[in-house]
Amino acid sequence: MPIDPSYFRDIIMDNYSYPHNKELTEDESYRSRHMASDSCIDDITVQAKFKDGKVEDIRFDGKACTISTASTSILSELLRGKTIEEAQNIIDNYNHMIHGEPFDEDVLEEAVVFEGVAKQPNRIGCATIGWRAVQEMIDDEEAGK
Amino acid sequence: MNIRENIETIRQDFPILEREMSGHPVDYLDSCATTLKPHAVIDEVVRYYTYLGSNAHRGDYEMSAQVDYAFEGARKTMMEFIHASRKEEIVFTSGTTEGLNMVALMAIDQLLEKGDAIMTAETEHASSILPWQYYGCKKGIATCYMHLTDEGRITLDNFKKSLDENPNTKVVMVAQVSNVLGYQVPVEEMGAICKERGILFVVDGAQAVAHTPVDVQKMNCDFYCFSGHKMCGPTGIGVLYGRFELLDKLTPVYFGGESNARYYKDCDTLILRRTPLKYESGTQPIEAALGMAAAARYLKKIGLENIHEYELFLKRHFLERAEKELKDKVKLYNATSESGIITFNVYDNGQLIFPQDMASFLSSKGIAVRSGQHCAKLMGDIIDAPGTVRASLYLYNSLEDVDRLVDALKEATVEKCLDIFF
Ligand SMILES: Cc1ncc(COP(=O)(O)O)c(C=O)c1O
Repeated sequence: MPIDPSYFRDIIMDNYSYPHNKELTEDESYRSRHMASDSCIDDITVQAKFKDGKVEDIRFDGKACTISTASTSILSELLRGKTIEEAQNIIDNYNHMIHGEPFDEDVLEEAVVFEGVAKQPNRIGCATIGWRAVQEMIDDEEAGK
Repeated sequence: MNIRENIETIRQDFPILEREMSGHPVDYLDSCATTLKPHAVIDEVVRYYTYLGSNAHRGDYEMSAQVDYAFEGARKTMMEFIHASRKEEIVFTSGTTEGLNMVALMAIDQLLEKGDAIMTAETEHASSILPWQYYGCKKGIATCYMHLTDEGRITLDNFKKSLDENPNTKVVMVAQVSNVLGYQVPVEEMGAICKERGILFVVDGAQAVAHTPVDVQKMNCDFYCFSGHKMCGPTGIGVLYGRFELLDKLTPVYFGGESNARYYKDCDTLILRRTPLKYESGTQPIEAALGMAAAARYLKKIGLENIHEYELFLKRHFLERAEKELKDKVKLYNATSESGIITFNVYDNGQLIFPQDMASFLSSKGIAVRSGQHCAKLMGDIIDAPGTVRASLYLYNSLEDVDRLVDALKEATVEKCLDIFF
């Protein structure tokens, strides 16, 4: 895919101004992670529902910068309906991309818009905050916790 | 020294100003976090490494005596810098945070009783609140918060009212200048009130010592802590000033080499060295102590009154331009504070530009500012935003530095903040 910065920027803007799945549920069958332990001011809660080895739903809410909000919004769409194994592969590739390492862009779909974060190391935390929450919940799910 | 007339010469004292950031000459507006260092300080640190070399207080050879002389000389310089009454009142620490922790630990352990209270303010830095809160809670000593004005200021009336409402207060802990809003606290009057009521008065001078003349005696404070790196000195060094009787009476928090005179195998046999050496266990960061003293001399040469006045001049310039050109764009939280600190948020057609996005945008223009809550996380009621952008001006900033900030703020939009990623 040729990189067209203005197209990528629009996707991030869209996901920031009109984020997907930005509403928490009271449903007890969701796992939940409050991500506020980093030193930055982003303060978000991410919820995930796993069923039969699949990611059934991801939602989030909170106050966060453009990159945190948009990356969590895109993540919530991207992982829905994937098996945990597929989700793990996507997260791994996303982390490679964010750290400037080789990655498989096909599995990342829209999330490739964050490739440029690798050039701004002090914003890596923003681009990964929601993703770390989901990783932790996957780890718990796998461990049967 | 008239800073306005000599700004170019002063800027040449700071070699780091020659560097670039994001392809622009660096516009350093984060002196609250740490200040840049002049040649005089860098040279002094290098002199220790290239000439003095040995440890302090432990050798019997000429080099070592020279180090002792320089190290104790640095103590004397710091005593004069804050107008302490004798040099034994100056304890070297690793910085404000360590000093404040030491005071809290010693006071709670040795001076306070269950049921006593500590009074501080919601605007305080975490290192002024957390040690008291954590160790206080363990001993049944509550931390209470004084009333503030709507803009987050400490006033004498509110202070007295708060003391009357909390008669168990035995310690008052405040910063002389707040690091988020830059308000000057009426420390002299508060100190007098504390003295009259037998309350221990602890002052965090981290944001004050480099910006205004400090006189710990006039302030009637019992303890005063600050860091070298926020006054043009090295990191890893600071001062804990304590009134001599108190320092002499208290037992230190740490023990080890250099702070003891004698000890034997049984309990209660430890004989500590005299104050302040009993507080300085282990090898000190000698080059940093010397560098901090060089910084104190440098600031004195320029004149702390002059520095304060110059910061206000720069801030006024910002406010004047902001009033004309940034009216609906920038929300200022501390226009009235008498310091070089400017705390604000930027809006793009009514939509808040998240502080961190704003700071990244400014960085792409070579402008260094801080975004976040600035280590004062209880401020939520005073600033109704998830965080702020803070620009802090200092003696080496030029009018052009301020103009670059205003120009960048004028131009900022949410979308442009994303440009840095492409
Ligand atoms: C008001 C105030 N107190 C304490 C500190 C802590 O200083 P240090 O990190 O040098 O220990 C700071 C530094 O940000 C400060 O601004």
